[in-house]
Amino acid sequence: MVLASASARPLAASGNCLVTNEWVCPEYVRSRKQELIDATVQHLQLSSVSVLIGLLLAFPLALVARRWRASAGPVLGVTTILYTIPSLAMFSILVPFLGLAASVTVTGLVLYSLTILVRNILAGLQGVPEDVREAARGMGYGPLRLLLGVEVRLALPTIFAGLRIATVSTISLVTIGGIIDHGGLGNLIYEGNQSLFKAEVLTASVLCVVIAITADLLLLGVQRLLTPWANAGKQSRFRRRATTVEAMP
Amino acid sequence: MNKITGAWSWLTTSSHWSGVDGVWNRLGEHLFLTVVCMLISCAVALPIGLALGHLGKGGTLAINVSNVGRAVPTFAVLVLLLILLGTGSQWPTILALVLFAVPPLLTNTYVGMREVDRDVVQAARGMGMTGGQMLWRVELPLAMPLIMTGVRSAAVQVVATATVAAIPGGGGLGRIITAGFSNFDTPQVFAGAVLVAVLALLVEALFVGGQWLLDPARRRRRRTAVCSGPAGAAPADAPA
Repeated sequence: MVLASASARPLAASGNCLVTNEWVCPEYVRSRKQELIDATVQHLQLSSVSVLIGLLLAFPLALVARRWRASAGPVLGVTTILYTIPSLAMFSILVPFLGLAASVTVTGLVLYSLTILVRNILAGLQGVPEDVREAARGMGYGPLRLLLGVEVRLALPTIFAGLRIATVSTISLVTIGGIIDHGGLGNLIYEGNQSLFKAEVLTASVLCVVIAITADLLLLGVQRLLTPWANAGKQSRFRRRATTVEAMP
Repeated sequence: MNKITGAWSWLTTSSHWSGVDGVWNRLGEHLFLTVVCMLISCAVALPIGLALGHLGKGGTLAINVSNVGRAVPTFAVLVLLLILLGTGSQWPTILALVLFAVPPLLTNTYVGMREVDRDVVQAARGMGMTGGQMLWRVELPLAMPLIMTGVRSAAVQVVATATVAAIPGGGGLGRIITAGFSNFDTPQVFAGAVLVAVLALLVEALFVGGQWLLDPARRRRRRTAVCSGPAGAAPADAPA
């Protein structure tokens, strides 16, 4: 009953669990289906757009950091400092510039994703053996073909490791966008916190985690498809390592 | 530009520093939350990480726990705990922060222990060291830099994340931001953000300095630092 007054929304089909404010409430999912779907779609849009823009910005930054050694320090330093800015502060700071818009959430999340993406793309590219580069040059590869055809491909495992971390953290951070009503499922968590609506908070939280884990597994699958060699190598190396560990007295 | 000067004049107004909503009180709350949470998290995560790393068991768990932890939004955990435990105490906030900090700490400790050169461990065993001696006198000292890096990044992340506690009305410096936000007082929001960012950077600097001072083998390690450290072990975790 507290719920009915606090959430200030007509309870069209008030199931029992809605009235008693239970944590798990199928009736909530049924009656607010559209709201949940909209929030999930917004969550997916915000996170995918953020990660994509982050990736598009991180690549040139990593290339610059690799090409000019002197720029590596500042590029990594600035992106690391961005990471220490709390998301609440980041979003609040962006509001006066961008207004109460989805671009606030996206901009904040892009800036966060840069830290991980730039670092991992750079590490991946630097990890390409010089011999491989020489061989490609010897085969007549130009700089662009060398980069896209050889270096990026060999760096894919490291890049994907970063991409997965960035994606999962982005999906979980979207929730903070709830303070400006552009946070996907975070909107529901924020709203549920104010009205102490248990089912709303729990359902939205669980959906968040499910989205993050699904995205992580999807990216892992894509990575396996793109780099079959890395997987095979890793497995055999793992096996070798496992035997040496076990061989210890 | 006037936003920055606005934040500066907000920070230099002495009335903003005193009282319940003042910077000093909020800073005290923030530090209290951070310290209590870090103590609990270390007490939980370090022994488990050390034990698993020493025994070489539970690696999948130790590594995946931080992947799962990253997927769980701290904000959601916080709200869930607040509704569950009530808003009367600081425990929901502390517990949410502990749940946030334990996974990366555990993973880093485990990875740090496993990264210790196996030859050295075998040599120690060959010298007749017991399991306990190997852990305390060989593995732990060698794993220390990586473990401390994990503790440092967790502490910085906790300082930053503790601001989230303010959204549902908890304490800490985040309150300065949320109060400014709801009053459309942009200078105050900026001031709050700057305070938290500076605090996070101070904590980082404190750890870096402490690590550097306390590290007995810093000369030697600096030369080999470039090639040590596993790829992907760099503890980068979600800001929040």
